[in-house]
Amino acid sequence: MTCASGRPIGETMNLFQFCYGLIHWLVILVNHLWYWLGNVLPGALGDFFTGIGDLAASHGNIAVFAILLEVIIFVIIAFINVLNFIWLDRKFMGRMFDFYGPYYVGYRIGGWLQNIADGMKLFVKEIITPAKADKAGFLLAPVIFVGSSFLALSTIPLGSNFGVETSAHDTGVPGGALIAFAFFAIAPFSILVAGWSSNNKYTLIGGMRSAAQMMSYEIPLLLTVASVFLLAGSFSFNGIIDAQKDIWFAIPLFLGFIVFLVCLMAEVEVQPFDLPEAEAELVEGWTTEYSGMRFGLFMMTSYLRGYIGGALATALFLGGWHGPTLIPEPIWFLIKAYTVFVVIEWTRWSLPRIRVDQILNLGWKRLMPLAVVNLLIAATFKTLGWF
Amino acid sequence: MWINMGPQHPMTHGLWNLRIKVDGETIVDAEPEMGYLHRGIEKLCENRTYTQIIPISDRLCYGSSLTWSHLYCLTVEDLMGLEVPERAEYIRVAAIEMQRIASHLMWLAAYAADLGTLVGFIYTMRDREVFIDLLQALSGSRLTYNFPRIGGVAHDVPPNFERDSLRACTYMEKKLDEYELLFEGSKVFMMRNEGVGLLKKELAMNLGVTGPPLRASGVKYDLRKDQPYSVYPEMDFQAISMPDGDCYARYKVRMDEMRESCKIIRQAVQKMPKGKWRVVAPRNGPVGTGIGRVEDPRGEGMMYVVGNGTPKPYRLKIRSPIFVTVSAAKQMLVGYKVADVVAIMGGLDMCIGEADR
Repeated sequence: MTCASGRPIGETMNLFQFCYGLIHWLVILVNHLWYWLGNVLPGALGDFFTGIGDLAASHGNIAVFAILLEVIIFVIIAFINVLNFIWLDRKFMGRMFDFYGPYYVGYRIGGWLQNIADGMKLFVKEIITPAKADKAGFLLAPVIFVGSSFLALSTIPLGSNFGVETSAHDTGVPGGALIAFAFFAIAPFSILVAGWSSNNKYTLIGGMRSAAQMMSYEIPLLLTVASVFLLAGSFSFNGIIDAQKDIWFAIPLFLGFIVFLVCLMAEVEVQPFDLPEAEAELVEGWTTEYSGMRFGLFMMTSYLRGYIGGALATALFLGGWHGPTLIPEPIWFLIKAYTVFVVIEWTRWSLPRIRVDQILNLGWKRLMPLAVVNLLIAATFKTLGWF
Repeated sequence: MWINMGPQHPMTHGLWNLRIKVDGETIVDAEPEMGYLHRGIEKLCENRTYTQIIPISDRLCYGSSLTWSHLYCLTVEDLMGLEVPERAEYIRVAAIEMQRIASHLMWLAAYAADLGTLVGFIYTMRDREVFIDLLQALSGSRLTYNFPRIGGVAHDVPPNFERDSLRACTYMEKKLDEYELLFEGSKVFMMRNEGVGLLKKELAMNLGVTGPPLRASGVKYDLRKDQPYSVYPEMDFQAISMPDGDCYARYKVRMDEMRESCKIIRQAVQKMPKGKWRVVAPRNGPVGTGIGRVEDPRGEGMMYVVGNGTPKPYRLKIRSPIFVTVSAAKQMLVGYKVADVVAIMGGLDMCIGEADR
């Protein structure tokens, strides 16, 4: 016996099935109205309303809305995580720097509401578009930046049954890891657009630096990810994480994990690699001309990218949601992602900024050979049949 | 493409403008522009009595105000032919060295923030407080002290000053080791500093560069040793110099100078004799000239005063080390990257208050 979404009753449901059930219930509730109208109205008009009811109750329609609901749930989770991350970053930074961090706004919960207060401040600030800026590009850049980051996020599952799935029998998005990295790598493009369209010399240099930086870190990053794909034999996050049930990939691929973390810091543009917005020499880099909530979106998304980075490192190297079963799977996943984020922030606040020619050297002369060696190690393990 | 780094720019630490011409990221030309913070202090001094100028000379440099008021007092004492009591000289030397450490720490903080280590900024500013507190106990204020007087100092030392100074020196020496771990232990910091902003020995001498940038270029020229004033001849310390002439050498010179300053403070507070700390200076300056040269934390500071027998000086000329040093900016910058601007100009320890006057 199965329920409406095709799930055998009694088995654990995944997020898609949950959303499907919810939407299905809503549709049936509303369909009472359509079918009643179809009954009472005569002729073609009645058939029309019956048709609407049939269309609404069709599998495809409910599935589309279920997927939308899933995405909304993931966006809400992401927003809460971003608020947590900003708070955690400020608190951690404060402790490192000998002060308390946010304290007064919501002091019973450790100053957590400070982020919301800052967000409100950014909301009421004026959004200024420079007179000689390229309006379309100036507007489009934050959209691409935020949108691509959220898209990358939506492919990362938080638990074996808690991800954006497209059918009842799916386990995660097929090829989800590939999609996540593809969307994750769009950001430098939007930075370039933002830097160019702002019509400002600092932003221009920042945008160009971002493009140059991407050249250096993207290839080693993807090579280490390829080694994970090789060991797991799967492109989807669920497959990769299931392959780490016995041993985390961070242990056999320790070298790759280090390379991945370094590249990740370059990808999310934190301190040693935050060349595009080097505030000492480029004022605020590519975000110089953005004000108000547009800047707030950039700021928020940079933390969101920190979260995505932590989640990717967790999923690919740290065994995802696997851990002692006492704690629910999504909590395990988030604990690991937060830990990776804190490590990134720790490095971020204690290292100086690297120079643009040095990051190219680092990427091509150090990280690239290491990534290739790591791929070789992974291939050796695979050939020996250990994985 | 010409880029204005200033007058409103995080790199400048003050109000000045550095125009750089870049080819991609490489600097091909540079042109420092001064004059945004000109307050006409030299002219202002012509309408003040000798005593009233002391707080004005404090305002010359926000980073190390005490050295400038001390320099002014030295110059006027030279003009008036005053003999300063020995206790006052020891108090002055201790205070100046505290000011030197505070100034160098402020430089280190700004330098760390320029290079991107915010933790370095916070730690150094925190430890600067130790010396600011000592100077506050000594003089009553935290930034512009108005402490030296013509013919001595304003007050005697506060109670327990010797104990607190010795403690502060011990604390500072411990913290300096920590800073070296934090900065030199970091590969990225060394990558940003070594071989950056090379200033050759001959070039540095020809351009009139003084202070830590000159000593970092391999010239062992320290006025405290080469033309001793006050009671520096009785102190046992080293003039620091490094042969390399790059940003790392400038950093290292300042770090070692802080250690030497700790040594000087120790000796000064321990050797401090009993006695008067001030003699009464005449109200009217004589007809004649006075000159004073000191080793400011930023280089050689010099003042030249012309008296005409009235309570006000006829002319006061100030030689600022940074105004001269910044003229070497082009020679240091050309050929390096845009990101090196902050390392090179930050390594000079810019203080616009004294450069523009």
